[in-house]
Amino acid sequence: MTDHVAELEAQVDALNPTPGDVEIQNYTINFGPQHPAAHGVLRLVLELDGEIVERVDPHIGLLHRGTEKLIEYKTYLQALPYFDRLDYCSPLAMEHSYVLAIEKLLDLEVPLRAQYLRVFFAELTRICNHMLNLGSHVMDVGAMTPNLWLFEIREDCLNFFERASGARMHSAYFRPGGVHQDVPLKLLTDIGDWLDKRMPELFEDAISLVADNRIFKQRNVDIAVVSKDDAVKWGFSGPMIRGSGIPWDLRKSQPYDVYDRMDFDVPVGTRGDCYDRFMVRVEEVRQSARIMKQCLRDMPEGPIASLDRKVVPPKRGEMKRSMEALIHHFKLYTEGFHVPAGSVYVATESPKGEFGVYLVSDGSNKPYRCKIRPTAFSHLQAMDFMTRGHMLADATAILGAMDIVFGECDR
Amino acid sequence: MSIAHLIKSFTLWEFVKAHALTLKYFFKAKATINYPYEKNPLSPRFRGEHALRRYPNGEERCIACKLCEAVCPAQAITIEAEPRDDGSRRTTRYDIDMTKCIFCGFCQEACPVDAIVEGPNFEYATETREELLYDKSKLLDNGDKWERAIAANLAADAPYR
Repeated sequence: MTDHVAELEAQVDALNPTPGDVEIQNYTINFGPQHPAAHGVLRLVLELDGEIVERVDPHIGLLHRGTEKLIEYKTYLQALPYFDRLDYCSPLAMEHSYVLAIEKLLDLEVPLRAQYLRVFFAELTRICNHMLNLGSHVMDVGAMTPNLWLFEIREDCLNFFERASGARMHSAYFRPGGVHQDVPLKLLTDIGDWLDKRMPELFEDAISLVADNRIFKQRNVDIAVVSKDDAVKWGFSGPMIRGSGIPWDLRKSQPYDVYDRMDFDVPVGTRGDCYDRFMVRVEEVRQSARIMKQCLRDMPEGPIASLDRKVVPPKRGEMKRSMEALIHHFKLYTEGFHVPAGSVYVATESPKGEFGVYLVSDGSNKPYRCKIRPTAFSHLQAMDFMTRGHMLADATAILGAMDIVFGECDR
Repeated sequence: MSIAHLIKSFTLWEFVKAHALTLKYFFKAKATINYPYEKNPLSPRFRGEHALRRYPNGEERCIACKLCEAVCPAQAITIEAEPRDDGSRRTTRYDIDMTKCIFCGFCQEACPVDAIVEGPNFEYATETREELLYDKSKLLDNGDKWERAIAANLAADAPYR
């Protein structure tokens, strides 16, 4: 009888464990895809132990639009607007890689003014992109005001893009052989004034709110420290690898366009944490402004696109007068130009890192294959490694400092 | 840790500084505008809603060369054409699917007679999808409505085109 009671008691104990016996298991939560701090449509499956992140599993592909495949069915010119839509925060930097790849295949000489204009607008794009990233990073860790002030600068940038190309974001301004249209002198002087006064004032004010702030530092310093070795092993580039202390910048190591004539510094971090990545971007904005001023100072007069009529369409006035120009115009806007067979990989330093385009041409007017090397993909693969052991709230800071845009990650 | 650092740390110096700065901005002019009543200026190059233009004598410019249809990366334009009774070649159908259009501006670049343009209008939101499938009459109406602004923009941008 006593045996039976003891057995029953044991069964009841098993059903109602005392508080000391409770087994806490890891639990899994979804972060995104509709989360304001997920920077787009990222779904992170986070395995938590209490508030500590044990494992991160990024699920990507929610913004896959098949850009690479679409490009195979477009002529080289038609494929250009698709690059704006890859990293929609820095559209001109994406176009830059693409047009440089085409020019390399064509072995096309680009006039000096066009090269200056491209560098000029690529750096404006960098400022524009960093405004968004720095602002959203501070907002991810809880500050609101700098984001609003930085968006004022971004608004100015977008207005400048609109005045140069006609569209605020999806500019389609860089073209194989140069740029689309020359810019009015008034635009250049306005940007010069803006660089001298309004931009640095607003920017330094906004950054001074957070750079020394103890809350901001508590949220960022020593979060997701990446050593030099790890940064290289995970294939980091751009501010991510510079934040870890490696002065790797494609504008310095393999200059394209007129970057070899520019005098600028490559900022690097010392600890490789989120705070360093933030401050590297802050300094990059200042350096971009410096490059833009040099462009304004040195920009020569001259044609803004190659005069090779087999690639670049003639100007409108010429097209209206000359029969030959009209024929070129019709040929280029229907069939497009043919690119000699071959393959080329061109990478540029986009605001987010190394953005590469691998083009394979079979000699026709359409790319045989266009592989896009996005920056976000290689950064996101380190998400698990960087977040492991940190608190749940740090995941947003790490993601914010990573500067991820899903247009290019999912392509 | 220096004395100055300690004092700054205990007086929450960076917060005081930041609050002073935000207070300064509080009394500055606002950066926002009262949108439907105030608008940002647009440049002559702005690529907005499409319009088909006419010559001053009322004849439509489009000659159905179909360059815009050929260059459109999103394949948003559909054109059908046949000779008219007076022997001139004109479109019988000119449709733009505005839900496909990516506003790259290649159609207005390609047009040899400045017939199709992307005008300065960006306020054409509709309640139904069907209203965004523009046909020729809608585009010509747009052209009539916006002709003055479009002509001024084209004239302002002419030296750069």
